[in-house]
Amino acid sequence: MFPDELKDNSVAAAIDARFPDAITGGHAERGEPTLFIAPSRIMEVCRFLKDEQAFIRLSGITAVDWIPADPRFEVVYLLHSLDRNLRLRLKCWVAESEGEIDSVTCVWRSANWYEREVFDMFGITFRGHPDLRRILMPTDWEGHPLRKDYPVHGYKYSYQDE
Amino acid sequence: MREVALHTGSIPAAEAEQTADAVASVDRSSRKMTLNMGPQHPSTHGVLRIVLELDGETIVSAVPDIGFLHTGIEKECEVKTWQQAVTLTDRVDYLANLSNNLVYALAVEKLIGDIEIPPKAQWMRVMMAEFSRLNSHLVWLGTHALDIGAMSVFVYCFREREDILRILEMFSGQRMMTSYIRIGGLALEPPRGWQDRVGKFIRAFPSKVDEYEELLDTNPIWTRRTQGVGYTPLEDLLDLGVTGPMIRAAGVKWDIRKSEPYSSYDKFDFEIPTRQENDVYARYRVRLEELRQSARIITQALEGMPEGAWQADAPKIVLPEREKMKTQMEALIYHFKIVTEGFRVPAGEVYQAVESPRGEIGYYVVSDGTSKPYRVYMRTPSFGNLQALPALLEGRLLADSIAALGSMDFVLGDVDR
Repeated sequence: MFPDELKDNSVAAAIDARFPDAITGGHAERGEPTLFIAPSRIMEVCRFLKDEQAFIRLSGITAVDWIPADPRFEVVYLLHSLDRNLRLRLKCWVAESEGEIDSVTCVWRSANWYEREVFDMFGITFRGHPDLRRILMPTDWEGHPLRKDYPVHGYKYSYQDE
Repeated sequence: MREVALHTGSIPAAEAEQTADAVASVDRSSRKMTLNMGPQHPSTHGVLRIVLELDGETIVSAVPDIGFLHTGIEKECEVKTWQQAVTLTDRVDYLANLSNNLVYALAVEKLIGDIEIPPKAQWMRVMMAEFSRLNSHLVWLGTHALDIGAMSVFVYCFREREDILRILEMFSGQRMMTSYIRIGGLALEPPRGWQDRVGKFIRAFPSKVDEYEELLDTNPIWTRRTQGVGYTPLEDLLDLGVTGPMIRAAGVKWDIRKSEPYSSYDKFDFEIPTRQENDVYARYRVRLEELRQSARIITQALEGMPEGAWQADAPKIVLPEREKMKTQMEALIYHFKIVTEGFRVPAGEVYQAVESPRGEIGYYVVSDGTSKPYRVYMRTPSFGNLQALPALLEGRLLADSIAALGSMDFVLGDVDR
């Protein structure tokens, strides 16, 4: 469903023309264009944006945990085009039961660490990532700290028992 | 062969690249060796660990291992009120703390929407952000020169840095963790007579930059160890997420202060220095020129500082004056609400980017309409830049790794958050 708010946005229109069923929603709140993309199409859309829409930079990838909503996670891609001086935000909903999305490392190499960070902090797996392991937390760490059901003080080191 | 080629003056980076490749491609029967560098290595500027695989003196592969300084700042932000979280942003990049304060404040103000920051606060923010750029570049220049063998520059740089820290202390009461830029304006009113202190410093500063330049450019060790070292094609740098002086040294004229002006940067007159060589020396030249441009901005801020309020006229967000709080009922109520609960921010999300000394620092802030941030994602320049480390090191000599590493100018607090 193509959002009315983004009718004048040439990038959104270009994506819609090429991948008619990829855009599932979007808005331009506070002047920042945001598109919801069907998770299965994210890699194609990213490749299209990089190759044909000059979004040569990926500023970052992150996620937001909307527990108890279903799907639970929102994976956020922050894109930037140097030539056009444009920023674009792509979002994909990822259900907790599924917990997987295609990796975009084959589009931007910088996605490598960004996706590892999301994996580390939220436990979302990226299919096709060349080296998906924890990046900030120790390798034997249990749990994913930025999930909302993860306590700020951690699981293991509860002060109540002492 | 390569020794001779490299040590007879300056050679273009692309040519050095070819010689380095030639060295790397020589088939040797020698056994490969794995070398652990860090996390307690002085040249890693913090706690970075790199696992290097060596073939003789050549680095075959470099695998950075980060996370030693991970303190969970993003998680911590979620349990603080909006204003309290400002103090955490200082700790992210402790050399450019005011850039972090600024980007967070701008992001939250964009979320709030109907808050207008008075010109004086905006100009003050620009001036403070530029001071933190000077601070950061001076620490970088001093330590980088120290790594490469020009020891005295360190002392000169820290002499000026001390003056900057004293100025920051005069404004905020703190030398490093200033938290001076708050949501809605500044933390404190600029102290009386700040113009004299800042003016005295900034008038003398450009000649100090000339001093560093002379110390380094007349030093043959410095020029030979930096020219033609650390070259990586621009396409690779951009693809790997590098921002800031590193890509400006590769010829990209991109600076967020110009391309997406914030906090009245469009009212200042300054240049974006670029170079074409894309080596360690070019990165040094770019940062050196940025010191001069920052000094220009500070001078303009000093001379043209607008009069007026230093905080927004937003009683629900900004704490009332002490006098009003004690005499007016409404001010007392607002004070009580802000202190006990904090202010609420309308639900929504924003991404705000600013140019930190290291590159693009962007905060993606999500609010669910309560008095605490729902999610604060920090896109830190050091994290993005450090990804390019293997590209800078692999196939080069181990001795050059220190120069290449230093030229990236990362702060491990900024990487690990």
